[in-house]
Amino acid sequence: MTGTYIQLSYFDLALASVLLLLAGGLSIGLKLGLEKMLGIAAIRTVIQLSLIGLVLKILFQMVSPWWTAAAAVFMMALAGREAMARQTLKLRGGWSLGIATTSLMLAGTIVTTLALTTAIRPEPWYDPRFSIPLLGMVLGNTLNGVAVGMERLSATLKREKDAVEARLALGHERSTAVRPYIQEAMRAGLMHIINAMSAAGLISLPGMMTGQILAGVNPTEAVKYQILIMFLIAGSTSLGALSAVLAVSHRLSDNRERLRLDRFKP
Amino acid sequence: MFDSITICSDHHTTLHATHGQCYGLFMTLSVRNLKRLSLGPIDLDVVGGDIVALTGPSGTGKSLLLRAIADLDPNEGDLSLKDQKRETMTGPQWRKQVMYVPAHSGWWADLVEPHFEGANRSLVIDTLHRLDLESTALGWPVANLSTGERQRLSFARAVVHSPKILMLDEPTSGLDTDNGARMEKLISGYAQDGMGILFVTHDATQAKRLGTRQLTLKDGQLTEHPQ
Repeated sequence: MTGTYIQLSYFDLALASVLLLLAGGLSIGLKLGLEKMLGIAAIRTVIQLSLIGLVLKILFQMVSPWWTAAAAVFMMALAGREAMARQTLKLRGGWSLGIATTSLMLAGTIVTTLALTTAIRPEPWYDPRFSIPLLGMVLGNTLNGVAVGMERLSATLKREKDAVEARLALGHERSTAVRPYIQEAMRAGLMHIINAMSAAGLISLPGMMTGQILAGVNPTEAVKYQILIMFLIAGSTSLGALSAVLAVSHRLSDNRERLRLDRFKP
Repeated sequence: MFDSITICSDHHTTLHATHGQCYGLFMTLSVRNLKRLSLGPIDLDVVGGDIVALTGPSGTGKSLLLRAIADLDPNEGDLSLKDQKRETMTGPQWRKQVMYVPAHSGWWADLVEPHFEGANRSLVIDTLHRLDLESTALGWPVANLSTGERQRLSFARAVVHSPKILMLDEPTSGLDTDNGARMEKLISGYAQDGMGILFVTHDATQAKRLGTRQLTLKDGQLTEHPQ
Protein backbone atom coordinates (compact mmCIF):
# COMPACT_ATOMS: atom_id res chain seq x y z
CA MET A 1 0.00 0.00 0.00
CA THR A 2 1.37 3.36 -0.95
CA GLY A 3 -1.55 5.64 -0.19
CA THR A 4 -3.98 5.95 2.66
CA TYR A 5 -7.38 4.37 2.79
CA ILE A 6 -10.20 6.83 3.57
CA GLN A 7 -13.02 5.26 5.52
CA LEU A 8 -16.58 6.26 4.66
CA SER A 9 -19.03 7.12 7.42
CA TYR A 10 -22.78 6.49 7.19
CA PHE A 11 -23.17 10.25 6.96
CA ASP A 12 -21.11 10.20 3.71
CA LEU A 13 -23.52 7.63 2.28
CA ALA A 14 -26.54 9.67 3.33
CA LEU A 15 -24.99 12.63 1.55
CA ALA A 16 -24.59 10.58 -1.65
CA SER A 17 -28.24 9.52 -1.41
CA VAL A 18 -29.15 13.15 -2.08
CA LEU A 19 -28.21 12.39 -5.70
CA LEU A 20 -30.76 9.60 -5.67
CA LEU A 21 -33.39 12.04 -4.42
CA LEU A 22 -32.42 14.29 -7.32
CA ALA A 23 -32.97 11.41 -9.77
CA GLY A 24 -36.33 10.66 -8.11
CA GLY A 25 -37.30 14.33 -8.33
CA LEU A 26 -36.45 14.38 -12.03
CA SER A 27 -38.57 11.30 -12.55
CA ILE A 28 -41.55 12.93 -10.87
CA GLY A 29 -41.00 16.26 -12.63
CA LEU A 30 -40.70 14.70 -16.08
CA LYS A 31 -43.42 12.12 -15.35
CA LEU A 32 -41.08 9.22 -16.15
CA GLY A 33 -42.81 6.99 -13.60
CA LEU A 34 -39.46 5.60 -12.46
CA GLU A 35 -39.40 6.97 -8.88
CA LYS A 36 -40.89 3.86 -7.31
CA MET A 37 -38.54 1.51 -9.18
CA LEU A 38 -35.58 3.73 -8.35
CA GLY A 39 -36.51 3.71 -4.68
CA ILE A 40 -36.97 -0.06 -4.49
CA ALA A 41 -33.71 -0.67 -6.38
CA ALA A 42 -31.82 1.67 -4.05
CA ILE A 43 -33.21 -0.03 -0.96
CA ARG A 44 -32.36 -3.45 -2.44
CA THR A 45 -28.80 -2.29 -3.09
CA VAL A 46 -28.39 -1.18 0.53
CA ILE A 47 -29.91 -4.34 2.03
CA GLN A 48 -28.24 -6.84 -0.32
CA LEU A 49 -24.79 -5.29 -0.12
CA SER A 50 -24.98 -4.90 3.68
CA LEU A 51 -25.91 -8.54 4.01
CA ILE A 52 -23.16 -9.72 1.68
CA GLY A 53 -20.74 -7.47 3.60
CA LEU A 54 -21.65 -9.26 6.81
CA VAL A 55 -21.44 -12.69 5.18
CA LEU A 56 -18.05 -11.93 3.67
CA LYS A 57 -16.78 -10.60 6.99
CA ILE A 58 -17.73 -13.84 8.72
CA LEU A 59 -16.36 -15.98 5.86
CA PHE A 60 -13.05 -14.10 5.87
CA GLN A 61 -12.67 -14.58 9.63
CA MET A 62 -13.35 -18.30 9.46
CA VAL A 63 -11.01 -19.19 6.55
CA SER A 64 -12.78 -22.56 6.43
CA PRO A 65 -12.39 -24.64 3.25
CA TRP A 66 -15.92 -26.01 3.67
CA TRP A 67 -17.68 -22.70 4.20
CA THR A 68 -15.69 -21.17 1.35
CA ALA A 69 -16.66 -24.05 -0.93
CA ALA A 70 -20.29 -23.73 0.16
CA ALA A 71 -20.28 -20.02 -0.66
CA ALA A 72 -18.68 -20.75 -4.05
CA VAL A 73 -21.28 -23.40 -4.90
CA PHE A 74 -24.07 -21.06 -3.83
CA MET A 75 -22.70 -18.28 -6.07
CA MET A 76 -22.37 -20.64 -9.03
CA ALA A 77 -25.91 -21.95 -8.57
CA LEU A 78 -27.26 -18.38 -8.47
CA ALA A 79 -25.28 -17.51 -11.61
CA GLY A 80 -26.69 -20.59 -13.36
CA ARG A 81 -30.22 -19.56 -12.44
CA GLU A 82 -29.61 -16.06 -13.73
CA ALA A 83 -28.20 -17.36 -17.06
CA MET A 84 -31.24 -19.62 -17.42
CA ALA A 85 -33.66 -16.81 -16.61
CA ARG A 86 -32.20 -14.76 -19.48
CA GLN A 87 -33.14 -17.44 -22.05
CA THR A 88 -36.23 -16.67 -24.10
CA LEU A 89 -36.10 -20.21 -25.53
CA LYS A 90 -35.70 -22.72 -22.74
CA LEU A 91 -35.05 -26.43 -23.11
CA ARG A 92 -37.54 -28.87 -21.64
CA GLY A 93 -36.77 -30.89 -18.55
CA GLY A 94 -34.53 -28.33 -16.83
CA TRP A 95 -31.77 -28.69 -19.41
CA SER A 96 -31.24 -24.93 -19.77
CA LEU A 97 -30.60 -24.56 -16.04
CA GLY A 98 -28.47 -27.71 -16.00
CA ILE A 99 -26.31 -26.65 -18.93
CA ALA A 100 -25.88 -23.05 -17.72
CA THR A 101 -24.98 -24.10 -14.16
CA THR A 102 -22.62 -26.87 -15.22
CA SER A 103 -20.78 -24.63 -17.70
CA LEU A 104 -20.42 -21.87 -15.13
CA MET A 105 -19.19 -24.30 -12.47
CA LEU A 106 -16.72 -25.87 -14.86
CA ALA A 107 -15.28 -22.59 -16.15
CA GLY A 108 -15.45 -20.73 -12.81
CA THR A 109 -13.82 -23.53 -10.82
CA ILE A 110 -11.02 -24.24 -13.29
CA VAL A 111 -10.07 -20.61 -13.87
CA THR A 112 -10.36 -19.44 -10.26
CA THR A 113 -8.43 -22.43 -8.92
CA LEU A 114 -5.75 -21.92 -11.56
CA ALA A 115 -5.38 -18.23 -10.64
CA LEU A 116 -5.25 -18.98 -6.90
CA THR A 117 -2.68 -21.75 -7.18
CA THR A 118 -0.38 -20.24 -9.81
CA ALA A 119 -0.62 -16.44 -9.97
CA ILE A 120 -1.93 -15.07 -6.66
CA ARG A 121 -0.96 -17.92 -4.32
CA PRO A 122 -2.51 -16.81 -1.00
CA GLU A 123 -1.92 -18.91 2.11
CA PRO A 124 -4.01 -21.13 2.32
CA TRP A 125 -4.74 -21.18 -1.44
CA TYR A 126 -8.52 -21.09 -0.91
CA ASP A 127 -8.36 -18.07 1.45
CA PRO A 128 -11.88 -16.63 1.00
CA ARG A 129 -10.54 -13.04 1.02
CA PHE A 130 -9.01 -13.86 -2.39
CA SER A 131 -11.06 -16.76 -3.72
CA ILE A 132 -14.56 -15.34 -3.21
CA PRO A 133 -14.08 -11.90 -4.84
CA LEU A 134 -12.09 -13.53 -7.64
CA LEU A 135 -14.81 -16.10 -8.29
CA GLY A 136 -17.41 -13.35 -8.16
CA MET A 137 -15.72 -11.32 -10.87
CA VAL A 138 -15.06 -14.36 -13.03
CA LEU A 139 -18.63 -15.67 -12.64
CA GLY A 140 -20.30 -12.31 -13.27
CA ASN A 141 -18.61 -12.02 -16.65
CA THR A 142 -18.77 -15.70 -17.62
CA LEU A 143 -22.48 -15.64 -16.88
CA ASN A 144 -22.86 -13.02 -19.56
CA GLY A 145 -20.97 -15.07 -22.16
CA VAL A 146 -22.83 -18.26 -21.29
CA ALA A 147 -26.27 -16.60 -21.37
CA VAL A 148 -25.64 -14.74 -24.63
CA GLY A 149 -24.07 -17.77 -26.33
CA MET A 150 -26.92 -20.11 -25.38
CA GLU A 151 -29.58 -17.60 -26.34
CA ARG A 152 -27.97 -16.82 -29.69
CA LEU A 153 -27.58 -20.48 -30.66
CA SER A 154 -31.16 -21.34 -29.71
CA ALA A 155 -32.59 -18.34 -31.54
CA THR A 156 -30.56 -18.92 -34.72
CA LEU A 157 -31.28 -22.63 -34.89
CA LYS A 158 -34.97 -21.89 -34.53
CA ARG A 159 -34.85 -19.17 -37.18
CA GLU A 160 -32.65 -21.19 -39.57
CA LYS A 161 -34.53 -24.47 -39.09
CA ASP A 162 -35.22 -24.87 -42.82
CA ALA A 163 -31.59 -24.25 -43.74
CA VAL A 164 -30.28 -26.72 -41.17
CA GLU A 165 -32.81 -29.37 -42.15
CA ALA A 166 -32.09 -28.81 -45.85
CA ARG A 167 -28.49 -29.81 -45.14
CA LEU A 168 -29.49 -32.76 -42.98
CA ALA A 169 -31.91 -33.97 -45.67
CA LEU A 170 -29.06 -33.91 -48.19
CA GLY A 171 -27.07 -36.17 -45.89
CA HIS A 172 -24.77 -33.57 -44.34
CA GLU A 173 -23.58 -34.40 -40.85
CA ARG A 174 -25.03 -32.37 -38.00
CA SER A 175 -21.60 -30.99 -37.11
CA THR A 176 -21.36 -29.47 -40.61
CA ALA A 177 -24.95 -28.28 -40.57
CA VAL A 178 -24.74 -26.42 -37.24
CA ARG A 179 -21.11 -25.24 -37.36
CA PRO A 180 -21.86 -21.72 -38.71
CA TYR A 181 -24.44 -21.18 -35.97
CA ILE A 182 -22.07 -22.38 -33.24
CA GLN A 183 -19.46 -19.95 -34.54
CA GLU A 184 -21.98 -17.12 -34.53
CA ALA A 185 -23.11 -17.94 -30.97
CA MET A 186 -19.51 -18.04 -29.75
CA ARG A 187 -18.74 -14.69 -31.37
CA ALA A 188 -21.77 -13.18 -29.65
CA GLY A 189 -20.80 -14.73 -26.31
CA LEU A 190 -17.23 -13.44 -26.43
CA MET A 191 -17.99 -9.99 -27.80
CA HIS A 192 -18.52 -8.51 -24.33
CA ILE A 193 -15.10 -9.44 -22.97
CA ILE A 194 -13.36 -8.56 -26.26
CA ASN A 195 -14.94 -5.11 -26.10
CA ALA A 196 -14.06 -4.76 -22.43
CA MET A 197 -10.41 -5.61 -23.11
CA SER A 198 -10.28 -3.26 -26.11
CA ALA A 199 -11.80 -0.33 -24.22
CA ALA A 200 -9.91 -0.93 -20.96
CA GLY A 201 -7.89 2.08 -19.93
CA LEU A 202 -9.01 4.24 -22.84
CA ILE A 203 -12.76 4.55 -22.49
CA SER A 204 -13.30 2.79 -19.19
CA LEU A 205 -11.31 2.35 -16.01
CA PRO A 206 -12.21 -1.15 -14.88
CA GLY A 207 -13.99 -1.31 -11.52
CA MET A 208 -11.54 -3.51 -9.70
CA MET A 209 -8.55 -1.39 -10.65
CA THR A 210 -10.39 1.76 -9.63
CA GLY A 211 -11.26 0.11 -6.33
CA GLN A 212 -7.66 -0.82 -5.63
CA ILE A 213 -6.48 2.70 -6.47
CA LEU A 214 -9.10 4.18 -4.12
CA ALA A 215 -7.86 1.78 -1.45
CA GLY A 216 -4.41 3.29 -1.84
CA VAL A 217 -2.68 0.76 -4.10
CA ASN A 218 -0.02 2.03 -6.49
CA PRO A 219 -1.68 2.34 -9.93
CA THR A 220 0.96 0.22 -11.70
CA GLU A 221 0.30 -2.58 -9.21
CA ALA A 222 -3.45 -2.17 -9.63
CA VAL A 223 -3.00 -2.40 -13.40
CA LYS A 224 -1.16 -5.72 -13.07
CA TYR A 225 -4.05 -7.13 -11.08
CA GLN A 226 -6.53 -5.81 -13.61
CA ILE A 227 -4.68 -7.42 -16.52
CA LEU A 228 -4.63 -10.72 -14.65
CA ILE A 229 -8.38 -10.46 -14.03
CA MET A 230 -9.08 -9.59 -17.68
CA PHE A 231 -7.18 -12.68 -18.82
CA LEU A 232 -8.95 -14.85 -16.27
CA ILE A 233 -12.32 -13.52 -17.40
CA ALA A 234 -11.45 -14.04 -21.08
CA GLY A 235 -10.39 -17.62 -20.40
CA SER A 236 -13.37 -18.40 -18.26
CA THR A 237 -15.86 -16.78 -20.64
CA SER A 238 -14.44 -18.75 -23.60
CA LEU A 239 -14.51 -22.01 -21.68
CA GLY A 240 -17.98 -21.44 -20.20
CA ALA A 241 -19.57 -20.18 -23.42
CA LEU A 242 -18.03 -22.97 -25.49
CA SER A 243 -19.21 -25.74 -23.20
CA ALA A 244 -22.69 -24.21 -22.90
CA VAL A 245 -23.06 -23.65 -26.65
CA LEU A 246 -21.84 -27.15 -27.51
CA ALA A 247 -24.12 -28.68 -24.90
CA VAL A 248 -27.16 -26.80 -26.23
CA SER A 249 -26.27 -27.82 -29.79
CA HIS A 250 -25.95 -31.42 -28.65
CA ARG A 251 -29.26 -31.29 -26.83
CA LEU A 252 -31.01 -29.85 -29.91
CA SER A 253 -29.92 -32.88 -31.89
CA ASP A 254 -29.95 -36.63 -31.27
CA ASN A 255 -28.09 -39.82 -32.13
CA ARG A 256 -29.78 -39.95 -35.57
CA GLU A 257 -28.38 -36.46 -36.22
CA ARG A 258 -31.78 -34.80 -36.48
CA LEU A 259 -32.64 -31.25 -35.47
CA ARG A 260 -34.79 -31.55 -32.32
CA LEU A 261 -36.47 -28.18 -31.85
CA ASP A 262 -39.27 -30.10 -30.10
CA ARG A 263 -36.93 -30.09 -27.10
CA PHE A 264 -37.67 -26.41 -26.54
CA LYS A 265 -40.38 -25.60 -24.06
CA PRO A 266 -43.50 -24.51 -25.93
CA MET B 1 -32.68 -37.79 -74.62
CA PHE B 2 -29.67 -40.14 -74.77
CA ASP B 3 -26.89 -37.65 -74.00
CA SER B 4 -24.64 -40.34 -72.76
CA ILE B 5 -25.25 -44.01 -72.57
CA THR B 6 -24.24 -45.95 -69.54
CA ILE B 7 -25.03 -49.56 -68.99
CA CYS B 8 -26.26 -49.99 -65.47
CA SER B 9 -26.41 -53.45 -64.12
CA ASP B 10 -27.54 -54.86 -60.87
CA HIS B 11 -27.90 -58.62 -60.57
CA HIS B 12 -30.19 -59.58 -63.44
CA THR B 13 -31.04 -56.22 -64.87
CA THR B 14 -29.50 -54.15 -67.61
CA LEU B 15 -30.79 -50.83 -68.73
CA HIS B 16 -29.75 -47.78 -70.67
CA ALA B 17 -29.35 -44.79 -68.42
CA THR B 18 -30.67 -41.60 -69.92
CA HIS B 19 -28.85 -39.38 -67.47
CA GLY B 20 -25.52 -41.10 -67.47
CA GLN B 21 -26.07 -42.10 -63.86
CA CYS B 22 -26.72 -45.42 -62.24
CA TYR B 23 -28.66 -45.69 -59.05
CA GLY B 24 -27.90 -49.27 -58.11
CA LEU B 25 -30.87 -50.50 -60.00
CA PHE B 26 -34.08 -51.59 -58.42
CA MET B 27 -33.02 -51.02 -54.89
CA THR B 28 -36.01 -51.54 -52.70
CA LEU B 29 -36.92 -49.25 -49.86
CA SER B 30 -38.84 -51.34 -47.41
CA VAL B 31 -40.90 -49.70 -44.70
CA ARG B 32 -42.51 -51.93 -42.05
CA ASN B 33 -44.53 -50.85 -39.05
CA LEU B 34 -43.54 -47.20 -39.32
CA LYS B 35 -45.05 -45.27 -36.46
CA ARG B 36 -44.94 -41.62 -35.67
CA LEU B 37 -47.26 -39.41 -33.69
CA SER B 38 -50.67 -39.71 -35.45
CA LEU B 39 -49.24 -41.90 -38.23
CA GLY B 40 -49.12 -45.58 -38.83
CA PRO B 41 -48.38 -48.36 -38.45
CA ILE B 42 -47.45 -48.02 -42.12
CA ASP B 43 -46.06 -50.65 -44.48
CA LEU B 44 -44.68 -49.57 -47.84
CA ASP B 45 -42.24 -50.73 -50.48
CA VAL B 46 -40.72 -48.45 -53.07
CA VAL B 47 -38.74 -50.27 -55.74
CA GLY B 48 -36.19 -48.50 -57.93
CA GLY B 49 -38.03 -47.43 -61.09
CA ASP B 50 -41.29 -46.88 -59.21
CA ILE B 51 -42.92 -43.48 -59.24
CA VAL B 52 -45.23 -43.62 -56.27
CA ALA B 53 -47.79 -40.82 -56.01
CA LEU B 54 -48.97 -40.01 -52.50
CA THR B 55 -52.20 -38.08 -52.14
CA GLY B 56 -54.55 -37.38 -49.27
CA PRO B 57 -56.41 -34.60 -47.51
CA SER B 58 -54.44 -31.60 -46.26
CA GLY B 59 -52.97 -31.96 -42.80
CA THR B 60 -53.13 -35.72 -42.90
CA GLY B 61 -49.37 -36.08 -42.47
CA LYS B 62 -48.03 -36.76 -45.97
CA SER B 63 -44.99 -34.58 -45.37
CA LEU B 64 -44.59 -36.07 -41.90
CA LEU B 65 -44.53 -39.53 -43.47
CA LEU B 66 -41.74 -38.52 -45.86
CA ARG B 67 -39.83 -36.87 -43.00
CA ALA B 68 -40.19 -40.00 -40.88
CA ILE B 69 -38.91 -42.20 -43.71
CA ALA B 70 -35.92 -39.84 -44.12
CA ASP B 71 -35.44 -40.11 -40.33
CA LEU B 72 -35.68 -36.35 -39.86
CA ASP B 73 -38.21 -36.73 -37.03
CA PRO B 74 -38.34 -39.29 -34.22
CA ASN B 75 -40.17 -42.41 -35.43
CA GLU B 76 -40.06 -46.12 -35.03
CA GLY B 77 -40.31 -49.01 -37.42
CA ASP B 78 -38.21 -51.40 -39.49
CA LEU B 79 -36.83 -49.61 -42.50
CA SER B 80 -34.25 -50.95 -44.87
CA LEU B 81 -32.75 -50.22 -48.23
CA LYS B 82 -31.82 -53.28 -50.26
CA ASP B 83 -31.83 -55.42 -47.10
CA GLN B 84 -29.59 -53.01 -45.24
CA LYS B 85 -31.36 -51.89 -42.10
CA ARG B 86 -31.66 -48.21 -41.37
CA GLU B 87 -30.23 -48.52 -37.87
CA THR B 88 -26.99 -50.00 -39.22
CA MET B 89 -26.32 -46.67 -40.91
CA THR B 90 -25.88 -43.22 -39.41
CA GLY B 91 -28.65 -40.68 -40.07
CA PRO B 92 -26.59 -38.87 -42.74
CA GLN B 93 -25.63 -42.15 -44.50
CA TRP B 94 -29.30 -43.11 -44.70
CA ARG B 95 -30.44 -39.67 -45.86
CA LYS B 96 -27.82 -39.58 -48.63
CA GLN B 97 -29.57 -42.61 -50.15
CA VAL B 98 -33.15 -41.96 -49.11
CA MET B 99 -33.33 -38.27 -49.85
CA TYR B 100 -36.15 -35.89 -48.99
CA VAL B 101 -36.84 -32.65 -50.88
CA PRO B 102 -39.28 -30.53 -48.85
CA ALA B 103 -41.93 -28.32 -50.41
CA HIS B 104 -40.34 -25.21 -48.91
CA SER B 105 -36.62 -25.26 -49.45
CA GLY B 106 -34.06 -23.98 -46.96
CA TRP B 107 -30.81 -22.30 -48.00
CA TRP B 108 -27.70 -21.98 -45.88
CA ALA B 109 -25.45 -19.75 -48.00
CA ASP B 110 -25.92 -16.41 -49.75
CA LEU B 111 -25.20 -17.69 -53.27
CA VAL B 112 -26.59 -20.73 -55.07
CA GLU B 113 -23.26 -22.43 -55.77
CA PRO B 114 -22.26 -23.54 -52.23
CA HIS B 115 -25.49 -25.55 -52.08
CA PHE B 116 -24.06 -27.85 -54.74
CA GLU B 117 -20.80 -28.47 -52.87
CA GLY B 118 -19.42 -31.94 -53.32
CA ALA B 119 -21.33 -32.64 -56.53
CA ASN B 120 -19.76 -33.25 -59.93
CA ARG B 121 -19.71 -29.87 -61.65
CA SER B 122 -20.55 -31.02 -65.18
CA LEU B 123 -23.41 -33.07 -63.78
CA VAL B 124 -24.67 -29.99 -61.93
CA ILE B 125 -24.57 -27.84 -65.08
CA ASP B 126 -26.25 -30.59 -67.08
CA THR B 127 -29.01 -30.92 -64.48
CA LEU B 128 -29.58 -27.17 -64.44
CA HIS B 129 -29.94 -27.16 -68.24
CA ARG B 130 -32.50 -29.95 -68.05
CA LEU B 131 -34.48 -27.76 -65.66
CA ASP B 132 -34.20 -24.84 -68.11
CA LEU B 133 -31.81 -22.97 -65.82
CA GLU B 134 -28.62 -21.40 -67.09
CA SER B 135 -25.30 -22.39 -65.59
CA THR B 136 -24.92 -18.77 -64.43
CA ALA B 137 -27.67 -19.62 -61.90
CA LEU B 138 -24.86 -20.92 -59.69
CA GLY B 139 -23.73 -17.35 -59.14
CA TRP B 140 -27.16 -15.99 -58.28
CA PRO B 141 -27.93 -14.72 -54.79
CA VAL B 142 -30.46 -16.99 -53.09
CA ALA B 143 -32.41 -13.95 -51.85
CA ASN B 144 -33.27 -13.04 -55.46
CA LEU B 145 -34.62 -16.46 -56.47
CA SER B 146 -38.26 -16.77 -57.47
CA THR B 147 -40.43 -19.52 -55.98
CA GLY B 148 -40.10 -21.58 -59.14
CA GLU B 149 -36.33 -21.15 -59.27
CA ARG B 150 -36.02 -22.20 -55.63
CA GLN B 151 -38.09 -25.27 -56.33
CA ARG B 152 -36.07 -26.32 -59.36
CA LEU B 153 -32.73 -25.60 -57.71
CA SER B 154 -33.63 -27.50 -54.56
CA PHE B 155 -34.62 -30.46 -56.75
CA ALA B 156 -31.32 -30.15 -58.64
CA ARG B 157 -29.12 -29.98 -55.54
CA ALA B 158 -30.67 -33.28 -54.39
CA VAL B 159 -30.59 -35.33 -57.61
CA VAL B 160 -26.95 -34.47 -58.36
CA HIS B 161 -26.06 -36.68 -55.39
CA SER B 162 -27.83 -39.61 -57.07
CA PRO B 163 -29.92 -40.89 -54.18
CA LYS B 164 -31.39 -44.38 -54.51
CA ILE B 165 -34.79 -43.20 -53.35
CA LEU B 166 -35.97 -39.63 -53.89
CA MET B 167 -38.90 -38.27 -51.90
CA LEU B 168 -40.42 -35.12 -53.35
CA ASP B 169 -42.91 -32.96 -51.48
CA GLU B 170 -45.13 -31.25 -54.08
CA PRO B 171 -42.34 -30.98 -56.66
CA THR B 172 -44.30 -28.87 -59.14
CA SER B 173 -46.43 -26.71 -56.83
CA GLY B 174 -44.53 -23.50 -57.55
CA LEU B 175 -43.91 -24.11 -61.25
CA ASP B 176 -45.67 -22.82 -64.35
CA THR B 177 -47.10 -25.29 -66.90
CA ASP B 178 -43.92 -25.54 -69.01
CA ASN B 179 -41.59 -26.00 -66.10
CA GLY B 180 -44.04 -28.38 -64.45
CA ALA B 181 -44.09 -30.56 -67.56
CA ARG B 182 -40.30 -30.40 -67.77
CA MET B 183 -40.00 -31.45 -64.13
CA GLU B 184 -42.38 -34.39 -64.65
CA LYS B 185 -40.41 -35.57 -67.67
CA LEU B 186 -37.21 -35.33 -65.66
CA ILE B 187 -38.69 -37.29 -62.76
CA SER B 188 -39.77 -40.05 -65.18
CA GLY B 189 -36.26 -40.10 -66.62
CA TYR B 190 -34.65 -40.60 -63.22
CA ALA B 191 -37.09 -43.40 -62.48
CA GLN B 192 -36.19 -45.09 -65.78
CA ASP B 193 -32.57 -44.94 -64.69
CA GLY B 194 -33.52 -46.90 -61.59
CA MET B 195 -34.19 -44.25 -58.97
CA GLY B 196 -37.21 -44.93 -56.78
CA ILE B 197 -39.50 -41.91 -56.52
CA LEU B 198 -42.09 -41.17 -53.85
CA PHE B 199 -43.87 -37.88 -54.35
CA VAL B 200 -46.63 -35.95 -52.64
CA THR B 201 -49.18 -34.17 -54.80
CA HIS B 202 -52.55 -32.48 -54.36
CA ASP B 203 -53.30 -32.87 -58.05
CA ALA B 204 -55.16 -36.12 -58.77
CA THR B 205 -54.52 -35.88 -62.49
CA GLN B 206 -50.79 -35.43 -61.89
CA ALA B 207 -50.84 -38.47 -59.61
CA LYS B 208 -52.36 -40.52 -62.46
CA ARG B 209 -50.21 -38.99 -65.19
CA LEU B 210 -46.84 -39.22 -63.47
CA GLY B 211 -47.29 -42.01 -60.93
CA THR B 212 -46.79 -45.66 -61.73
CA ARG B 213 -48.45 -46.42 -58.40
CA GLN B 214 -50.93 -44.41 -56.36
CA LEU B 215 -51.30 -44.29 -52.63
CA THR B 216 -53.64 -42.34 -50.40
CA LEU B 217 -52.88 -41.39 -46.83
CA LYS B 218 -55.95 -40.97 -44.67
CA ASP B 219 -56.35 -41.15 -40.90
CA GLY B 220 -52.73 -42.20 -40.60
CA GLN B 221 -53.19 -45.21 -42.90
CA LEU B 222 -52.00 -45.87 -46.45
CA THR B 223 -54.18 -47.44 -49.10
CA GLU B 224 -52.97 -48.38 -52.57
CA HIS B 225 -55.19 -47.94 -55.60
CA PRO B 226 -54.88 -50.49 -58.36
CA GLN B 227 -53.84 -48.80 -61.63
